[in-house]
Amino acid sequence: MNDLAPAKRTAKDFATDQEVRWCPGCGDYAILRAMQKTLADIEADPANTVFVSGIGCAARFPYYIETYGFHTIHGRAPAFATGVKLANPELDVWVVGGDGDMLSIGGNHLMHVIRRNVDVQVLLFNNEIYGLTKGQASPTSRAGTRSPSTPLGSIDSPVSACVYAMGAGARFIARGIDNQQKVLPDIFKRAHAHKGASFVEILQNCIVYNDGVFANVTEKSVAAERQVVCTHGAPLVFGADGNKGLALDSATLQLKVVDVGSDGPAAAGVLVHDETNPVLAGMLAAMQDDVLPVAIGVIYCDPKPSYDEGMAHLKAEAKNRAGGADLKDLLHHGHTWTVE
Amino acid sequence: MTNMDQVLNPEHAVSQREELDAAVVRFAGDSGDGMQLTGGQFTQATALAGNDLSTFPDFPAEIRAPVGTTFGVSSFQINFGARRIMTAGDNFDVLVAMNPAALKVELTRLRKGGLLIVDTGTFNERNFAKAGFSVNPLEDGTVAPYRVVAMDISAMTMEAVKDFDVSKKEALRCKNMWALGFVYWLFGRSRQATQAWLTGKFASNPDIADANIAAMNAGHAMAETAELPDGLKGFHVAPADIPAGLYRTVTGTEALAWGLANGAELAALEILFASYPITPASPLLHSLAKLQHLGISTFQAEDEIAAACAAIGASFAGTLGITSSSGPGIALKGEAIGLALSCELPLVIVNSQRGGPSTGLPTKTEQSDLYQAVYGRNGDSPLVVLATRSAADCFEVGIEAVRLATKYMTPVMLLTDGYIANAAEPWRIPDLDSYVPFPVSFHTDTEGFQPFLRDDDTLARVWAIPGTPDLMHRIGGIERDYDTGHISYDPDNHQRMTKVRAAKIDGIADDIPPQTVELGPETGKLAVVGWGSTYGPINRAVDNVNAQGKDVAHIHIRNIWPLPKNLGDLLAGYERVLIPEMNNGQLITLLRAEYLVDAQGLNKISGQPFKITEIEDAILEIVGE
Repeated sequence: MNDLAPAKRTAKDFATDQEVRWCPGCGDYAILRAMQKTLADIEADPANTVFVSGIGCAARFPYYIETYGFHTIHGRAPAFATGVKLANPELDVWVVGGDGDMLSIGGNHLMHVIRRNVDVQVLLFNNEIYGLTKGQASPTSRAGTRSPSTPLGSIDSPVSACVYAMGAGARFIARGIDNQQKVLPDIFKRAHAHKGASFVEILQNCIVYNDGVFANVTEKSVAAERQVVCTHGAPLVFGADGNKGLALDSATLQLKVVDVGSDGPAAAGVLVHDETNPVLAGMLAAMQDDVLPVAIGVIYCDPKPSYDEGMAHLKAEAKNRAGGADLKDLLHHGHTWTVE
Repeated sequence: MTNMDQVLNPEHAVSQREELDAAVVRFAGDSGDGMQLTGGQFTQATALAGNDLSTFPDFPAEIRAPVGTTFGVSSFQINFGARRIMTAGDNFDVLVAMNPAALKVELTRLRKGGLLIVDTGTFNERNFAKAGFSVNPLEDGTVAPYRVVAMDISAMTMEAVKDFDVSKKEALRCKNMWALGFVYWLFGRSRQATQAWLTGKFASNPDIADANIAAMNAGHAMAETAELPDGLKGFHVAPADIPAGLYRTVTGTEALAWGLANGAELAALEILFASYPITPASPLLHSLAKLQHLGISTFQAEDEIAAACAAIGASFAGTLGITSSSGPGIALKGEAIGLALSCELPLVIVNSQRGGPSTGLPTKTEQSDLYQAVYGRNGDSPLVVLATRSAADCFEVGIEAVRLATKYMTPVMLLTDGYIANAAEPWRIPDLDSYVPFPVSFHTDTEGFQPFLRDDDTLARVWAIPGTPDLMHRIGGIERDYDTGHISYDPDNHQRMTKVRAAKIDGIADDIPPQTVELGPETGKLAVVGWGSTYGPINRAVDNVNAQGKDVAHIHIRNIWPLPKNLGDLLAGYERVLIPEMNNGQLITLLRAEYLVDAQGLNKISGQPFKITEIEDAILEIVGE
């Protein structure tokens, strides 16, 4: 056995010496655990990995991961991450933020990092509330949410994170749940493997200000009925025994729930998940009401060239065209004259 | 002397020309008349003729204002001479007015007896009404104080280009070249460079190139044969006595782009220039976008904030982040700049100042962002502020900004303005090998590492970048512990960190040149103290009054923050201090606060540069006629 081979890093090796300061029971702990496991599993090089965050509870994430980290300002993490990636495309860049950070103050930057397709992984911890500022309604809070800033209930309509990402032209969209420790690392691995901007929404429970907001989706008693796990090439079935499926209602051009009979999903008209199909992805991302289940897993994945690749290409082309010309050549180019 | 002699030896003609020490020419027309191109070509030809020069492009905010209106007038001014030229000039010796609106806007600044050239082809009732004339100004005595050359330039242009395969619209658009040809003859300029330029510019459409050249030649021929007022045979401006060397013209924008590029090369860094379009800063983005082969990446961000943030992200990752804007955009970047200075990352922020507050006067010049630069962030947040004085000076200031940002791990605010950005002047091309490199060395030593380890002398923290083995660390905008770099809310630590951030910037005063006196005595009755683009008019004004026997000093400050160490003592050596500024009094506040100096302001806030005479008058009021 080769003694010089470095020991494979474990999830623990990606923990820092800093005391984690989230509230006890916060969903962020579970996400952190899933990420540390992911980094160990993909054998990430800590020196080449950067976590960039904005402001909020979620944005404390980088302090707890033994990689490079940059805790920036409210809403702007995608812009900082873009600068990091353009400066050094070799770095593996993760962006972390909450729903207020990424969809309110930073909604603009989220849109642009996605539509440019900068090769970073964007993780949006959605708890439908402002935690760090003590519980105000957020842009993902459901209409009627009572909070210190909306004592009579909020009157604005929430934005769906995945639908927003779809609209911004995302080429990778996934959704996970904080406490699904088996599923979440796989989603992170897929996001990591995707070249270009990967967008992952994580339904995250805020135990203090919005406890149980996703209970009707995540509770064990309802999970099977309320979640459909999207697997590329597999039928979109759910329910306790896989007895339900998603089919297209050709009259309304909407998804509907059908019973899977004894002849199997195909006979029942259940759709097979094609993660490269943007129309299907749009419908899956939008499922949020009580009639249809919530889509979990990789909803959409259809890579196209990334922005950083494009920029590297332009730079190489510019160098090529200049044929070795330097600044000195530039200063002497064009009209010059000599004064004796 | 035979006729043949005259043809072969144009110098004979020189003797008949009116000799001028310097001249100010202003081309004025509609936004679509191509006055900026015309001025640019005249600048080139004038530089090639060996004059010193300075230019002032003055154009409206509207891209295409309604044709014929006064607010659609676009002008280009050039001052050139046989002596050092310090400004674009006060009043004009020659005004070219391509339409009544241009005449309306510009005539008051044509000196009495100056030469007025007008295109009568545009002088009709409709255009009079648009310009606000009730009668033809050429006929009601309005132009009586001037030497007037009134010609139907439009018609003569159409005639000159009729043999070329160009549309009527394209043909008429050649009239600026006709006017240029006319003015070329007036000053004995060669048409060669413009001809070559036209050929290159319209390489894909030779008919347009030929039509423009024909128009220029026709204008030139007309000037040569026309009877000019008072038997004028044109002007002669002798070459200036300027230091030997290889020259080119340069605008402030170009010089700054090249200075930043050279600075990065000296620092052995690549650049990420992240910016968002804004007047008058956008040309810097355009200039740098052409320099990608020099290791410069340009990124047009989604907004001003993202531009600053991307630049800072790049600096975190080991590339020099540079961002640029004008006042309103700098305001948006404020929070990000605060992060850069609290994380102690290098960053260069270029502010091409314009008239404010708010949207203000986007295309007009002002130097009213000094407070914003020095003070405009939350918290105790010192950074370095530099100001450039002229187009050529931008090259040196660009290098210095990079040097200070990287050596001290700090944001550097570089103040320029719309006037400098667009102004062109001859520039002796520097010997790039003469600059001493200041290569950055990224930290790699794991022994005792923490991200805020400081250099004992500079107080700069180490720059350890992602990708470096075993130096993984986290930084952010929350206060960090002096000794470990970890988040700290400790009261004593915050006091200590605030003090060290200030001390680091203050210490830079030991690393910048002492303040010198540009002109005049080291002590005395009066020092005129300026910063930024007021350099030219102040310098010439002081020179002029001193030529009249006064003994006034001109001091010009490049290092706005920290101020040069000797500045307080220097100012104390004068009985009076006069501070002309294109704002309502900002440097004056800074100098009063720092040195308790009883300075007096001279404030021009009209969106136009100072005239030399305005500063002369203020000086003479203090020191006596």
